[in-house]
Amino acid sequence: MSEHEYQPKSKVGKWFNDRLPLLSLASHLTDYPTPKNLNYWWTFGGILTFCLVTQIITGIVLAMHYVAHADLAFSSVEHIMRDVNYGWLIRYIHSNGASMFFLAVYIHIFRSLFYGSYKSPREVIWIIGILIYLLMMAAAFMGYVLPWGQMSFWGATVITNLFSAIPLVGESITTWLWGAYSVDNPTLNRFFSLHYLIPFLILGLVVLHIWALHVPGNNNPVGIDIKKPSKDTVPFHPYITIKDLFALLMFMIIFSGFVFFAPNVLGHSDNYIPANPMVTPAHIVPEWYLLPFYAILRSVPDKLGGVILMFSAIFILLILPWLDTSKVRSSVFRPIYRQFFWILVIDVLLLGYMGAMPAEGIYLLLTRVGTIYYFLHFLVVLPVVGYLEKTDPLPVSISDPIITGGANVSFAKRNDKNI
Amino acid sequence: MPEKKEKTTRRDFLYTASFTVGAVGLGATIWPFIDQMNPDKSVQALATTEVDISNIEPGKSITVLWRGKPVFLKRRTQDEIAEARAVSLEELKDPQKDEDRVKDGKDEWLVMLGVCTHLGCVPLADKGDYKGWFCPCHGSHYDVSGRIRKGPAPVNMEIPKYEFVDNNTIKIG
Repeated sequence: MSEHEYQPKSKVGKWFNDRLPLLSLASHLTDYPTPKNLNYWWTFGGILTFCLVTQIITGIVLAMHYVAHADLAFSSVEHIMRDVNYGWLIRYIHSNGASMFFLAVYIHIFRSLFYGSYKSPREVIWIIGILIYLLMMAAAFMGYVLPWGQMSFWGATVITNLFSAIPLVGESITTWLWGAYSVDNPTLNRFFSLHYLIPFLILGLVVLHIWALHVPGNNNPVGIDIKKPSKDTVPFHPYITIKDLFALLMFMIIFSGFVFFAPNVLGHSDNYIPANPMVTPAHIVPEWYLLPFYAILRSVPDKLGGVILMFSAIFILLILPWLDTSKVRSSVFRPIYRQFFWILVIDVLLLGYMGAMPAEGIYLLLTRVGTIYYFLHFLVVLPVVGYLEKTDPLPVSISDPIITGGANVSFAKRNDKNI
Repeated sequence: MPEKKEKTTRRDFLYTASFTVGAVGLGATIWPFIDQMNPDKSVQALATTEVDISNIEPGKSITVLWRGKPVFLKRRTQDEIAEARAVSLEELKDPQKDEDRVKDGKDEWLVMLGVCTHLGCVPLADKGDYKGWFCPCHGSHYDVSGRIRKGPAPVNMEIPKYEFVDNNTIKIG
């Protein structure tokens, strides 16, 4: 894993490390050479680790008081809110924590898109990241079902019915998922079990994500390859740890703002009505972080078509490293792509807004335009722009533009070594 | 690759045989873990419901729960039946005659699953562009026979298996 040979100083340490090299691992993690020009957009990896740990700890505690039964689930959540000591706090941390988790992951993903962190040699890190994102969505969806309110029940009904669009076997698959002929107690029971499982799968993938990151090392805002260790790098500890901690504190201020001052603002009030299989709420919306995909689903007037398009919108990200033909990573040196990047950000935000609006009239039209543009970005813009764009010259090293400074940065001609 | 085709040995046979047995065994072991998620005996046991329909006036409907899903029982007026039958099949997304959606001689009774065939919401009665049902989730319009007319739902609302036990009782399932 590490290039340098680490030897523990104490005899006991050496004895243990020879048998299980945990101390070597710790040494690798603290000394890990990191580009010295990482900006605050690079602190979201640490923030996301914090989010995952928070969700696991609060989740384990909530499971001590929650009852996964259709007749009792709703009241057990109210019991947590009213009777359990600090239950309200722990539940609000958990429910808002999910939103914070997605906020951080979206910033993390768009950071990657802007600076080309998904490009060679980091494709595997990117793919593992998308798998983590998929699992996050599954965990969030099942978690939202557990309070067994109206939105829980009907959200579960709509999402599981997506699978009924599959020709021939669709109906059998939905019945199999439900364990009944509709969303019912068996469904709630298994969703609880899976909701408990998935975070630990995510944890495993996070280890692989970081492992895969530590092979080529971090990308950086300039996006060029750097020598490690060199004058372009700093050890992870204390330089990056302290920066990550500061960013985490800022993040926790926003997090606490939601938990203490607006704990329900991101939820839907209909979920405080117990589940009723006879009445569908007038306006079903998923949680905010799933809205862009929900909009894509509704933009198609055909059931199977909508489902296929929605899943494609996510799975297209898996082949992103091969859709982008540009040899330059960072958007800082890509004047054309940079503009398309911001159009994509606006497009996804627009789709998110449309997902919350009723699917009719002007909203439906704009949703369709947004959906078409989303796919155009990945399937046409990325390959074509990467091919045609005249990129700005890349610096020879990270230190170069900083040390020479000012407007007269000495750029080197692009050559293969820098790409 | 070897230069000559090697003779099949006892070892090759043992390898293939043990691999096959292992694969079959693994499959047989996995199956119970998959099948346990299907509806169990207690869920299947609730498969029929009897409904008393003697109190339903023409033009009115009731909703009952069958296998966790709402079932609409609507006693239609003569006007509504006439309207449903006046529609030509070419106008329909999922062509089906109204006569085929009710029992012979019981034309006024429409019994169907109150579940939108799009993504499973419960449509609202007497709403929408066709005076039948309207699904608030994604905007599917159904006519007075429960047939899909407009919106993302692919097919008509499903008619469950049911029978008239006597003139006042319907058994669903």
